[in-house]
Amino acid sequence: MNMVSEIASAPAARGASDPAVRMEDVNKWYGSFHALKNVNLTVGRGERIVICGPSGSGKSTMIRCINQLETIHSGRIVVDGHDLTPGGKNVDLIRQETGMVFQQFNLFPHMTVLENCTLAPMKVRGVTKAEAEETAMKFLRRVRIPEQAAKYPAQLSGGQQQRVAIARALCMNPKIMLFDEPTSALDPEMVKEVLDTMVDLANEGMTMLCVTHEMGFARSVADRVVFMDRGEILEVATPDTFFSAPQHERTRFFLGQIS
Amino acid sequence: MIRIFGWNEFLVIVMAAQWTIALSAIAFAGGSVGGLLIALMRVSEVRAFRLFATGFIRVFQGTPLLMQLFLVFFGMNIFGFAINPWIAATIALALHASAFLGEIWRGCIEAVPKGQGEAATALGLRYYHSMRHVILPQAIRIAVAPTVGFLVQLIKGTSLASIIGFTELTRQGQIINNATFSPFLVFGTVAAIYFLLCWPLSLVARRMETRFSRATAR
Repeated sequence: MNMVSEIASAPAARGASDPAVRMEDVNKWYGSFHALKNVNLTVGRGERIVICGPSGSGKSTMIRCINQLETIHSGRIVVDGHDLTPGGKNVDLIRQETGMVFQQFNLFPHMTVLENCTLAPMKVRGVTKAEAEETAMKFLRRVRIPEQAAKYPAQLSGGQQQRVAIARALCMNPKIMLFDEPTSALDPEMVKEVLDTMVDLANEGMTMLCVTHEMGFARSVADRVVFMDRGEILEVATPDTFFSAPQHERTRFFLGQIS
Repeated sequence: MIRIFGWNEFLVIVMAAQWTIALSAIAFAGGSVGGLLIALMRVSEVRAFRLFATGFIRVFQGTPLLMQLFLVFFGMNIFGFAINPWIAATIALALHASAFLGEIWRGCIEAVPKGQGEAATALGLRYYHSMRHVILPQAIRIAVAPTVGFLVQLIKGTSLASIIGFTELTRQGQIINNATFSPFLVFGTVAAIYFLLCWPLSLVARRMETRFSRATAR
């Protein structure tokens, strides 16, 4: 376990003194299944982290703990300086500061694209409708689908829906974006448009934690790649090191499987 | 002296349908409020709420509506209220409807994909806004058809209020029958009026069901 902590707490590329996310000895169980085992990870501000690993390895669980969609059983998570103890008051604050994009998009099907984007800013931040719509259109332009604003999610392609989901999250002006396999449910020809949107976001300096199997994205965008297996972080490395000289046997096996 | 079942007697029965409609409407309105509360308690994260709602539903689903009417009717007297069939029937039917609608609507709320609530939570929406703007609007679409179906059951159930002396359609029929001794004509008329009240609702429910399944098939 010591070795893992050392790797995981290696100095982050940027902003290590005032990290965006710090996870310390995080443990989580589903019944008797140990979903997260002593997870330690520090993410600097503006850092782009890609998390990969076989399915069931705890990748999604880990990022879902950051905005408390899952609760942890022991350990500590600090997000943007706010200590996230289960049931604590900081949870609302942290959820407003982190945006999340899901594998299944999870757009609200009974609302138009524009309404999807304006709901949270209006109800949570209390901004006016006009202001919320202006912001929404700004981000819909940024993800290159402003012309779809009046449509319903079911009228859009998967790639467009996922870009709306990204715009919807950005409308809350998050400091950290969490991506949970954002391209896994997409048809192959739509993967690129979503990845391009994420690359744009990365280039603007957004702090990103991204669970993905897109190794091309990891190679070109990630500052560090995190490899998880069976609830543990086995390896944290820069993409160069990760792909050319993986340290761990299981990492090598995994990379052999997917390439 | 036996009266003949004629046009006047027929009209008296038809007019009594208004009390059936009024009782159904009030019970349904009360049941909607109660049913929403029960449904929300049933899906709550608070264990005590869930237990209370489950118990409430079990009791009302596991006892005959007639006993529920009796218990409220005689119970009110025991607790010092004057015996009033109107109020007793309204309360009993509203509680009955709360339990059944609560259970129907719980299913509808749970039928909304879990990701919807998670997306709302991840955006920072708290319980009220998440329910009000994300979960319930989607649940309502699923709920319309079974809710109308239950309304039909409720309208027919109001006939039991005749037994505690509430003069609605069925009771008016009994009164006319006692004077005319033409049970087949009288209760045939009563049944036909129930049918005319319920059948259009069943049609509406079925049409909504088809429309919903088409809307979700995309």
